[in-house]
Amino acid sequence: MSDFLYLYRGGDSNGTPEQMQQSMQKWGAWLQDLGAKGHIKDQGNPLEATGKVVKKKTAITDGPYAEAKDIIGGYTLVQAKDIGEAAKLAAGCPIFDNGGFVEVRPIMQMSM
Amino acid sequence: MVAALTRLFGVHNLALAEDVVQDAFCRALEVWKLRGVPENPSAWLMATAKNRALDILRRERTARTYAPELGRQLESEWTLAPTVAEAFGESAIRDDQLRMMFSCCHPQLPEVAQVALMLNILCGFGVSEVAAAFLTKQPAMEKRIARGKKVLASSMRLFDLSDERDLPARLSAVQRALYLLFSEGYHGAHAATAVRGELCVEAMRLAELLLASPQTATPATHALIALMCLNAARLPARVDARGNLSSLYEQDRALWDAELIAKGERLLDHSATGTTITEFHIEAGIASLHSRARALEDTDWPMIVSLYDTLMTIRPSPVVALNRAIAVAQRDGAERGLAEISAIANADRLAEYPFYFGALGELEHRLGHCDIARDHFLTARARARNPMERQFFARRAREVVS
Repeated sequence: MSDFLYLYRGGDSNGTPEQMQQSMQKWGAWLQDLGAKGHIKDQGNPLEATGKVVKKKTAITDGPYAEAKDIIGGYTLVQAKDIGEAAKLAAGCPIFDNGGFVEVRPIMQMSM
Repeated sequence: MVAALTRLFGVHNLALAEDVVQDAFCRALEVWKLRGVPENPSAWLMATAKNRALDILRRERTARTYAPELGRQLESEWTLAPTVAEAFGESAIRDDQLRMMFSCCHPQLPEVAQVALMLNILCGFGVSEVAAAFLTKQPAMEKRIARGKKVLASSMRLFDLSDERDLPARLSAVQRALYLLFSEGYHGAHAATAVRGELCVEAMRLAELLLASPQTATPATHALIALMCLNAARLPARVDARGNLSSLYEQDRALWDAELIAKGERLLDHSATGTTITEFHIEAGIASLHSRARALEDTDWPMIVSLYDTLMTIRPSPVVALNRAIAVAQRDGAERGLAEISAIANADRLAEYPFYFGALGELEHRLGHCDIARDHFLTARARARNPMERQFFARRAREVVS
C-alpha cells in the first residue's frame, strides 16, 4: 500500500439548505465507505480560501488568488495499492456534483 | 440565529444577518463533510455565527450603523464581546425569535406575506421552498418576501412586546398566521402531497415561543397550540406508509400520538380561562372530542354539532358549514346531512373544493345510492389538487360500486 494525497479543487458549495445537507451526506457516505475499506490514512481538513503567499523573507503577500475553479478547498490522505486504485477510489467523490475535481498525488516513498 | 443577529445589527441590516448565517452554514458544510458532523451541530453553528458577527462589528464599526438601542455598547471594545455573547444566550435568542415573529406580522403586509416571512426568516426556508409551500411561482414569492423585508427594515427595530397598545392586535395576527401555516401543512392543497408534516412542526415550534412570555401566553394561545397538538396527533394515521390519504372515518386510531393528545388536552384545559371564546377554542374542542373517541362509533357527535353551531356564529364559512353538515349526518343520519349540505349559504364557493363532493358521495353511499355516490366521487377526483387526493377519491369511487 502506498500513500496518496487527494486535493479537492474548485467546486461551488453554495446552494439551498436541502442541497447542502444532501452534499454533506454524500461526502460523509463516500469517506465512510473509503474508511471501511481501509483506505483512509487521515480524513483531512478543509482549507480557508485565501491565506498568505511567502516567496522569500521579504515577499509575504496575501493570496493565492487562484481562479475559483482551481482553489484547493481541502485534502485527504489515503492509502491504496497504486495510483490507479487511488484515482479509481476518487471517482466517487461528491465534489463532481458541484463542478470541482480531485487532484491525486502520490506521496514520495522513502525506500529503505 | 437571524433574529439574534438583528438584535446586534439592527433590523435594517437583516440582509447582513442572513449573510452571516448563510456563511456559517457554508463553513459548516466544508468542515463537516471532511470531519463529520460534530456532537452539537447547532452550538458549532452559533459559535461560528457569533465569531463572524464580532468580526464584522469590530472591523466595520464605521462602515454602517447597527442596532440603534445598542449604540454605545457596540462601540467600546470592553462591552462589545459581552454584548454579542449575551445576544446568543438561550433566553435572548428565544426572545428575539418571538419579537421577530411579531415583526413579521406587520399590519402593512397581507397574511400570506406574513407567513412567508416567518418561514423564510425564522424557519430557514429558502425562497423556493416557501414558494412551493404556497403553490406560488418562485419570482412572485421572491418579490413578496423582498417587499416584506423592506417593510420590516423600515421599522428599524424588532417589535417591542411591552407595547400594550399594539400587542393585542399584533398577537392576533401572529396567531392567525401560525394557524394558516399549520393548516397548510395539515390539509394544504400542495401539488405534490396533501400533508406536509414539516410545516405543522414549524407552526407548533413557533407557537410554543408564545408560551414563554405572560403577555403572549393568553388563553387563545393555549387553545391554538392545543388544536395544533390534537390535530398533529392524528398525522401518523392520516397518511399511510405508502403515502395514501386516510379519512377520519378509516384511520387506525392506535397510530394516533398519545403524548401529543395528552399535551393538547392539558393546553385545552389551560385555555378555559377568561371570558372570550375564540375559534381556536372551538376547533380545539372539536379535535379533542375526536381524540377522545377510541373508535369512530364512540365519538360524541351531538357535542361536535353543537360546537360547530357556535363556530358558525363566530366564523361562518361554507367549509365550516360543510363540516358541520357532516357531523349532523353522523348524529341524525345521511338524509339530514344531505339536507344540511344543500342549505349551505354561499355553496358556490365550494364548487372547486373536492371534499364537498366527497361528502355528498359519502352520504349518498350511506343511503344506498351507489351510482350517484360514484359520480360524486369522480367529480371530487376531478377537483383533486394532488395525487394523494386523486387516489383517495378514485378508491372511494371504486369501493362504492363493488
